Amino acid sequence: MKNPVMTASGTFGYGVEFADFVNLEDIGGIIVKGTTLNSREGNDYPRMVETASGMLNCVGLQNKGVDYFCRHIYPEIKDIRTNMIVNVSGSSPEDYAECAARVNELENVPAIELNISCPNVKQGGMAFGVTPEGASSVVKAVRKAYDKTLIVKLSPNVTSITDIALAVQDAGADAVSLINTLMGMVIDIEKRKPVLSIATGGMSGPAVKPVAVRCVWQVAKAVTIPVIGLGGIMDAHDAIEFFLAGASAIEIGTANFIDPAVTVKVANGINEWLDQHGCNSVADIIGQLNA
Amino acid sequence: MTIREVAFPHELYVLLKLTDKKTLPETLPGQFVEVKVEGSPKTFLRRPISINYVDREKNELWLLIKKVGEGTHQLATLKAGDTLNLVFPLGNGFSPVQKKGEKVLLVGGGVGVAPLLDYGKYLKESGADPVFLLGARSKSDLLEQELFKAIAPVYVTTEDGSEGEKGFVTQHSILTKEKFDRISVCGPKPMMVSVARYAKATNTPCEVSLENMMACGLGACLCCVEKTVKGNVCVCKEGPVFDINDLTWEV
Repeated sequence: MKNPVMTASGTFGYGVEFADFVNLEDIGGIIVKGTTLNSREGNDYPRMVETASGMLNCVGLQNKGVDYFCRHIYPEIKDIRTNMIVNVSGSSPEDYAECAARVNELENVPAIELNISCPNVKQGGMAFGVTPEGASSVVKAVRKAYDKTLIVKLSPNVTSITDIALAVQDAGADAVSLINTLMGMVIDIEKRKPVLSIATGGMSGPAVKPVAVRCVWQVAKAVTIPVIGLGGIMDAHDAIEFFLAGASAIEIGTANFIDPAVTVKVANGINEWLDQHGCNSVADIIGQLNA
Repeated sequence: MTIREVAFPHELYVLLKLTDKKTLPETLPGQFVEVKVEGSPKTFLRRPISINYVDREKNELWLLIKKVGEGTHQLATLKAGDTLNLVFPLGNGFSPVQKKGEKVLLVGGGVGVAPLLDYGKYLKESGADPVFLLGARSKSDLLEQELFKAIAPVYVTTEDGSEGEKGFVTQHSILTKEKFDRISVCGPKPMMVSVARYAKATNTPCEVSLENMMACGLGACLCCVEKTVKGNVCVCKEGPVFDINDLTWEV
């Protein structure tokens, strides 16, 4: 990787949407919108509500399916010279595996991020990510079908995220990324109804960052595979916190909506901070908390 | 961008005239900007605001903003000389001129009149024949009337009859007296639905500008979707302007 900054799935489209604002090749990795075996219309509008220092969304994995991705979107993005990573989701271990197998054939996609933590779909998604057994079953199935780098994205909506992380490590994951959104709810008090169409949604933005840093810190101590940290990162200072907590790389999500050029600003800011603190690279600070 | 002038055409509205050292980028009538609101802790996301007018000679971009929530109230506290961070131009914009002399009815209600000023000017300069039909609750709620009148004929309805004809825009007599080649609408959804109904009844092509809640404005987050005959599409990217035949509204 050129730098440890990636984009979080669902916040950066397929990258090309941001090409007017940022040189995509200056980003360490682009994790594209969640892809499923079959096309999905997603949930009804309203899908988004703003909260204090963040937002909730319940998009529901709207996408045109993996075949459409391979045929129509991949040709548009395959020559972007950075790590183009596909986020894969599903509703059974079999269709996760089949979707991953299709992506395995794409030469310029070096990795997938397995989404076992989407809070916004009725079947699958987070259902697999909330128990070690469920998480393990999906990762094992995908591992058989996919031989490149397998990142597994974890949900914070669990009792022990460490147990889930250990289970996916044992099942063959090459890395874990965390956190996905926190499940939340906003109510319109005049209508006495939830604002979002499916009542609940995933919370993101700076409000969730302390939860994310805590999860990364716990997981990084427990696993031996690399940890990718995300959750509310708005600037380089936030990113450094994640490295110190034990993350080897980070993803930027909701901040892309506020500043479409934030990724490169954070990458540059990390380098400045490392220079100012006499560090050669991010490796010097990963997990380097003072006791 | 720097704010050159702040005006208050109405107690609920603020008009910001912005300029920049650089020449403004090309914009299409009906496109919008995403404004970053500083100094309002509860306003996390940018606010999508339609382009009211572009004055190329003065290198000015106008935003006519209704004070709805904390973010827009904060924007109304800005002063000349303050700077504002914008991402623009976004969205598709209204249809370009299709033939010389075409008669285009531009229907606006509330803050929805904002993009019609820029569009009306464009149509007039491009050889079309725009006509404005603007609706408001009361005479004092009508915005930028003199500017509209300087471009094309303006017909008005007010709910209390204090200006123009009494009632809603779809009740205006101009709709029975004249025939239009096409219609463009921006305003509250019930108004757009009733204009769409008139358009379908009279077999007149019609486009509407939607204002679904948005986050990114770039077609990335898929939050602002509208159901269409092609499935859920982003209002920020594939819209905000849609042909009514592409929507699934029950008119």
